[in-house]
Amino acid sequence: MNFDLYGFGPALAAGALMTVKLALTALCLGLVLGLAGALAKTSPYKLLQWLGGTYSTLVRGIPELLWVLLIYFGTVNLMRALGEFFGIPDLSLSAFAAGVIALGLCFGAYATEVFRGAILAIPKGHREAGVALGLSKFRIFTRLIMPQMWRIALPGLGNLFMILMKDTALVSVIGLEEIMRHAQIGVTVTKQPFTFFMVAAFMYLGLTVLAMTGMYFLEKRAARGFARSTQ
Amino acid sequence: MSGDYSWLAHFDLGLNWAVIIKWLPRLAQGATLTLELVAIAVIAGLLLAIPLGIARSSRLWYVRALPYGYIFFFRGTPLLVQLFLVYYGLAQFDAVRNSFMWPYLRDPFWCATATMTLHTAAYIAEILRGAIQAIPPGEIEAARALGMSKPKTLFYIILPRASRIGLPAYSNEVILMLKASALASTVTLLELTGMARTIIARTYLPVEIFFAAGLFYLLMAYILVRGFKLLERWLRVDACQGR
Repeated sequence: MNFDLYGFGPALAAGALMTVKLALTALCLGLVLGLAGALAKTSPYKLLQWLGGTYSTLVRGIPELLWVLLIYFGTVNLMRALGEFFGIPDLSLSAFAAGVIALGLCFGAYATEVFRGAILAIPKGHREAGVALGLSKFRIFTRLIMPQMWRIALPGLGNLFMILMKDTALVSVIGLEEIMRHAQIGVTVTKQPFTFFMVAAFMYLGLTVLAMTGMYFLEKRAARGFARSTQ
Repeated sequence: MSGDYSWLAHFDLGLNWAVIIKWLPRLAQGATLTLELVAIAVIAGLLLAIPLGIARSSRLWYVRALPYGYIFFFRGTPLLVQLFLVYYGLAQFDAVRNSFMWPYLRDPFWCATATMTLHTAAYIAEILRGAIQAIPPGEIEAARALGMSKPKTLFYIILPRASRIGLPAYSNEVILMLKASALASTVTLLELTGMARTIIARTYLPVEIFFAAGLFYLLMAYILVRGFKLLERWLRVDACQGR
């Protein structure tokens, strides 16, 4: 085996960067969607509860690959219509944008359940204490619920991020130049599929280990002040 | 009541329903292949996972090491990479191409089932380890105190108990595999997603066909969830949980 992978080493490294970018952008979208979904599901309004529930059930029941394909190929007409409306010719979703939306959507649907569990795990008395102190609803959420919620939700979110990172490989199907896509290009040139896909596998393993280490420190930080009481 | 159905147009979501109905039989055909893939993978995966899970929860580090490495690799890399490694990658070696296994390893169906089996076995083994470690130690000690041998304890106490503790997580894994089976379309298999993509190549109607495929997945997931609920009731999972 050749050390710089027949000249494809730098391309694969660039692919890894793209994978990380995609995962982090999708994570941001997914966290917002998940938080919104959880708030909707725990709200007292029936309509919002229904919306949150439908979102998480619908998205979780359909494969990630199908979402990626649906959002990339299914929004062509919609984007063209939008482009005509705003006067931008040939408006279309890039593979990156489609990937972010699809993966963010899927992450958000699972995160909805994680956040909901975390919100419900906070003792009722804390919210009531906030009300008794005269805090507004918004304040109660940002100052009381949110800081405590993170600690409970973090392990679940870490697992979801690990899944998200591996799902980024799916976006290679619509041609985004991340690890898998570069590996496939390398294979067509060198005819060494095992070598290239094995290298890709180890790059994903490396990213997973990195994410796991990051999660370890985040969880440790989030649990400060709680470490002693649990023992 | 007869004649005017134009009011139905308000409910059509802007979709071409005639096309969806026309291609439903082909999609159902794809769905059967999807179910076949998933059924083989989760059953074979469970069989493979039992020894892996038992070894993984061993107290001896050298027994634990191999399943740990296996689980680490298969859980740390995307299924797509594993699928390409098996389907495209193995052909790189002449030894594989000349072996008796080649007729199977050349076939996308066997490649997909083999990869999905190996993949899901890693996850199920981890579920099983969690379940085995969740068994109250007193129950195992009681079995040993009654004079049961170690293998007997394993087969009559530990495994039946662990299977009930792990069943809800296993049903989750089956749903995840149902969704993961969509990846088989990337190695030219015409399961539900592959079939949908083929139909779209002919009709140029991605929204309609993917929507219909999505409904099929939802339906299959719903039936599986219901089925596992029944199984849980039949095995009285709830009654075993609280003690």
